[in-house]
Amino acid sequence: MAEFRITDTVDITDVVCPVTFVKAKVALEELEEGEILSIHMNDGEPVQNVPRSIKEEGHRVLKLIHNDDGTYDLIVQKTEA
Amino acid sequence: MAADYATLKAGGFMRQKQKDMFSMRLRVVGGTVTAQQLKAIAEAAEKFGHSYVHLTSRQGVEIPFIRLEEIDEVKDFLAASDVQPGVCGPRVRTVTACQGGRCCPSGCIDALEIAEELDRRYFGRQLPHKFKFGVTGCQNNCLKAEENDLGVKGGMVIDWNREECIFCGVCEKACRRGAISITDGEIRVAPDQCNHCGRCVTACPTGAWKGSEGFLVSFGGTFGNDIQKGREILPVIRDRETLLRVADAAIDYFADNAQPGERFAKTLERLGWESFTEKMLNAYSG
Repeated sequence: MAEFRITDTVDITDVVCPVTFVKAKVALEELEEGEILSIHMNDGEPVQNVPRSIKEEGHRVLKLIHNDDGTYDLIVQKTEA
Repeated sequence: MAADYATLKAGGFMRQKQKDMFSMRLRVVGGTVTAQQLKAIAEAAEKFGHSYVHLTSRQGVEIPFIRLEEIDEVKDFLAASDVQPGVCGPRVRTVTACQGGRCCPSGCIDALEIAEELDRRYFGRQLPHKFKFGVTGCQNNCLKAEENDLGVKGGMVIDWNREECIFCGVCEKACRRGAISITDGEIRVAPDQCNHCGRCVTACPTGAWKGSEGFLVSFGGTFGNDIQKGREILPVIRDRETLLRVADAAIDYFADNAQPGERFAKTLERLGWESFTEKMLNAYSG
């Protein structure tokens, strides 16, 4: 993860769709343009859908990191529409 | 003179249980009715019917309780606002569609435009039995393509561009079929796993995945007394010209081979799928 300077992290493994995306979106709203958020999410529906929703909001997806425990960290740069 | 019920039915007027009362079916394409048409329909329901409409299972609109003697009058009244009667009986019925790529983020094709083209080409065409077309924009299949005699499902023919790829790994997970694998700076797609859903294209943050419209066609679906799921027997169709050539060939096959009162699924079952599949493959190849 050294290649990205993470500003903040949010854990969405404790909620289900569609709150997963809402929680991530709220966390992104707290950031300044260009800052980077790491979103911790579960396998299955969150990892299938959250990256796409983030993209549709206009933010820049940089990387999806596969963790050993079956979770993922989506690295997103806040981009104002 | 007694009413000619068969002619009335063909023209969208279905006889009700109540004496000399008819439910008037309207021509609707792809579930789209303009505000202007809706106003006229509402007015007609108040003036000629019982002040309500029935929304059918296939996106149709019907005005019940039209009196036999007012049929011509209600037709003229609606025609003034560009509302036409529908059809019933052994012919091509309402062409259904979802909103497709025009509005829906998941839509791979302009389902309404395809429905309009099919409607222009075939609506009301006399056949041995009813024949239903349905167009759905993507694999989510909101419009249930396979329950139609000929169903069209939108898809994407995908292509990956290395220069634009940042190897973020999103597409590998977005794919529900496990068709995409990323290893050592290379992305591979298992062609037999890809169902053309286009999720890799919509999920890709950099536009490295490109998708062009594709059509997956199913034949012989029916969902009434007998239930059969339409079958996809062709590879993905990549252009509209081919789609229409295939549709022409399928409907001609039905016209030439079905017995009166026999649905497409039954014709295909009776004659076997092999010769039909061969004909469709010929149409597909042009």
